[in-house]
Amino acid sequence: MIPVLTLLTAIPGVAGLLALMAGRRAGLAKAIAIIATAASLVLALRIWFGLGTAGTMQFVERADWIPTLGIEYHLGVDGLGASMLLLAAIVSLMAISASRNVTSNPGLYFALMLLLESGLFGTFTALNFFHWFLFWELSLIPAFFLIKLWGGEGRGRAATQFFVYTMVGSVGLLLSFLALYLAAGSMDFETLAGMAASGELATAIAGHLGPISLWLALGTLLGFAVKVPLMPFHTWLPATYSKAPTPVTMLLTGAMSKMGVYGLLRLALPIFGAQLAEMRMPLLTLATLTVVFGAWAAAVQKDLKRVFAYSSVNHLGYCLLAIFAVALPSGSSAATALSQTAALDGVLLQMFNHGLTAAAIFWFLSMLESRSGGGLDINDFGGLRQPAPVFCGLMGIALFSSLGLPGLNGFVSEFLIFRGVFPLTWLSATVSVLGLLITAAVILTVIQRVFTGPVPERWKAFPDLTASERFTVAPALILMAVLGLMPQLILGTVNATVMHWLAGWRL
Amino acid sequence: MLAFTIYLSFAGALLLAFMPRAWARTARGFALIVALAGLAVALTAFVQAGGQGSMAISDQAWVPSMGIHYTLAADGISRVLVLLTGLAAVAGILFSWNIGDGEADRANEFFAFFLALIGGVYGVFLSVDLFLLFVFYEIAIVPKYFLIAIWGSTRREYAAMKLALYSFAGSAMVLIGLLAAYAQAGSHTMNLHMLAQYPFPIRFQMWVFPLVFTGFAILAGMWPFHTWAPTGHVAAPTAASMLLAGVVMKLGAYGCLRVAMTLFPHGLDPWGFSFLGIGSWRTVFALFAVIGIVYGAAVALVQNDFKFVIGYSSVSHMGLVLLGLLTLTQIGIDGAVLQMFSHGILAGLLFATVGRIVYVRTHTRDLALLSKLQLGKAMPFAATLFVIAGMASMGLPGFSGFIAEVQVLIGAWHAFPWFAIVAGVGIVVGVAYTWRAMQRAFFSDTPALDAQGMAVSVPEYDPVTWPEIAGTILLVGTSLLIGLYPRLLLDVIAPAVQSLPHALLTGGR
Repeated sequence: MIPVLTLLTAIPGVAGLLALMAGRRAGLAKAIAIIATAASLVLALRIWFGLGTAGTMQFVERADWIPTLGIEYHLGVDGLGASMLLLAAIVSLMAISASRNVTSNPGLYFALMLLLESGLFGTFTALNFFHWFLFWELSLIPAFFLIKLWGGEGRGRAATQFFVYTMVGSVGLLLSFLALYLAAGSMDFETLAGMAASGELATAIAGHLGPISLWLALGTLLGFAVKVPLMPFHTWLPATYSKAPTPVTMLLTGAMSKMGVYGLLRLALPIFGAQLAEMRMPLLTLATLTVVFGAWAAAVQKDLKRVFAYSSVNHLGYCLLAIFAVALPSGSSAATALSQTAALDGVLLQMFNHGLTAAAIFWFLSMLESRSGGGLDINDFGGLRQPAPVFCGLMGIALFSSLGLPGLNGFVSEFLIFRGVFPLTWLSATVSVLGLLITAAVILTVIQRVFTGPVPERWKAFPDLTASERFTVAPALILMAVLGLMPQLILGTVNATVMHWLAGWRL
Repeated sequence: MLAFTIYLSFAGALLLAFMPRAWARTARGFALIVALAGLAVALTAFVQAGGQGSMAISDQAWVPSMGIHYTLAADGISRVLVLLTGLAAVAGILFSWNIGDGEADRANEFFAFFLALIGGVYGVFLSVDLFLLFVFYEIAIVPKYFLIAIWGSTRREYAAMKLALYSFAGSAMVLIGLLAAYAQAGSHTMNLHMLAQYPFPIRFQMWVFPLVFTGFAILAGMWPFHTWAPTGHVAAPTAASMLLAGVVMKLGAYGCLRVAMTLFPHGLDPWGFSFLGIGSWRTVFALFAVIGIVYGAAVALVQNDFKFVIGYSSVSHMGLVLLGLLTLTQIGIDGAVLQMFSHGILAGLLFATVGRIVYVRTHTRDLALLSKLQLGKAMPFAATLFVIAGMASMGLPGFSGFIAEVQVLIGAWHAFPWFAIVAGVGIVVGVAYTWRAMQRAFFSDTPALDAQGMAVSVPEYDPVTWPEIAGTILLVGTSLLIGLYPRLLLDVIAPAVQSLPHALLTGGR
């Protein structure tokens, strides 16, 4: 049998080396990147459709790696992993196709993009901490250099801030898992989750290291809280998103932010479910703050990239809300289990939907940026509907998806999250509804300022999307509508995975 | 079959969105055909099913793991409101026929948004699954935003944003209530009929009912959440004002009855204590409704913008609908549903007269300016039409408004005698503001003087066009027909009201 997951991770890595060799030939480097990413997308689709509805790990690859440390090469995907692979491939393809006018050192640029993609694939497939952490860090380095070398004004500071914050989070993560390894003798996610469910893990930690389970959980949380981000660990995000080149921002918000949510679902909930339940109230409060203030901060921004950076904080806040709401002390009734299922289904869908929508919005921003010559201030535009009706119509679809309009993808996942969270914690859910309202106001304001009103003289000849640009973005927009009308397409597989989790976890 | 009203409208909107901009005349013709087809479907279903009980239209699993189904059904109330939507759609297109005259109007986009709005409204009136109902309810918000923000007039961006945010806030309240009900009932189904069977605890109903009722009532223009309505109506292009006042406000009232009151009838029960004589949510909302009736009429009395007069009159008339619903009597609720239909037709007619027939020719809506134009002589058609529409709107016998308002007042007399008296005063004020607007706009004695103080001759205006005449005949004819033979609708409405939950029909003394 072909090791599909290894192959998937290897393709962009190898292509990255080729792109590096292309050097100054920008066209060639971009072609290599596009071909490799398209091949990855085909493979990711093959994995998604080969998944079935068992809900267990599929396409598993296991081999001894460092036997003395008990480290295995262990790969596998379930509904979560496969949907993230698909998302990473789609977003990468969009980001690479949106990378134009890379004048300085294009070979390195596309090589770093591909390396980042490889890091994403690795993170979403690895089931052993050692191996997983390698890719988690691997994806950070290309992101740092992409911001540092190709970013806008103030990029150096933004890149450093991004790197330091994420690193600090990673250190917490690493320390916690080293401690776990000392106590439990394993770094395998499935083994650790099994021990946590049976209660062995808590005993082992207490026996070997003393009463520090809660601290280990906090260290793990820190890594993910920075990445997602959870307020108050979000301060790196607006600067990074707005200074990074827009295609890189697409990758950051579309795919990399999902690494944090993925980690919470794959590592934190199954292994530290009981500890999360102990900290449930403060965590829920922070998640609610993230939802409401993320939206509020988006409302007061002037730079469009910052508006949507904060809007991403708000959208991923719903995921955090649901994850923390699901962590219940113990013993759940059938109705609670149903709510937990709905909430987690919603999280998985929201990860995919937000990735798709945010990437599309930043794709449109990159088009706006290349036409305006760099400026993205919300007050600089106006009345673009008249010179560029297609641009505004298509971007409108992406914006309304972000607003959560029924009939498009975003609505389904946010509805499922609220449906699941409400019975679990009605107060947080009710307050978080404010986030929905403020987001609606933000999106409508953007539409009003940019699309309608009088056209300033200099935008009278604003070029509309070309045929090839329309063709590039159309699949993403069609997918938004299809997933909005037929969520069952993706929900079937996702639901099976969630049911399988809840049966195995002790929540 | 009624489901085709939804599909036709959305398919038409989609086709129009992709139609080349140069085909403006084709676009409006096509939109008219789609709207006529929808009306034909609605009328056929109305005639065939009449006063029969709730009939299923479609029921398919949609998101089965969450118990969400694509379930459509119609009872008498739905059939009447669907028919109203069909009429308002056709009339709206007839009265915006001028939009296809120039390419700059973007007629294809205008009518695409128009039909999408209509499709969403049809959807709300036919949904049985609450998830589906909510989906259509939200879908209807977006086209009205664009219709106002792009084709509107006075402070259109402010008005469009205000309207959208009020609507979203209302739907967020509804969403919280629906999720709470869904969770409370065991999370198996979103089906309205099934949830209505579930005995929600009284304490639960006591907090969910006001939440959901207020959420819907915002869209029905309930005082003190009505302020989006006048600004929205004034800023909107004529066809959109006709739809906003004609059918979109009815969505709110429909939601109040169909969702809030049907699912949580005990939310209307007395609290067990009373404060300033108010002892239940029912009294609170009835009080709001009565304030809306009087306040809307009083504000309409002092407006200088002709469209604001009509905008505030809508707030007043919708207050009667809410009051009728809260009487919890057969006759009151019958009257409320009839008033929804009647106001839908008459508000459309008034907005068409003011915003289309008069404004397009005089380019002003200022009553002080209009009073100098001698419109009674210059525009006899418009003057006659406004007299007819105004009479009908005042509630003159023979028109649909009379029979509806009388039923609401009789119901209110049983339930809240004092409120009935105050509402009656509101109706008298309604006569006054209509009279004043009619006097100033059409029959003022002020002679028109030019700069030198010389009398000017009666100006010439464009002749009345055929779509204006067709739309007028449609709306005036419907109002007269219902006014003279209300059983046409009442025989359909009454059985549906009778089959509402028993707790909803206990209001009389």
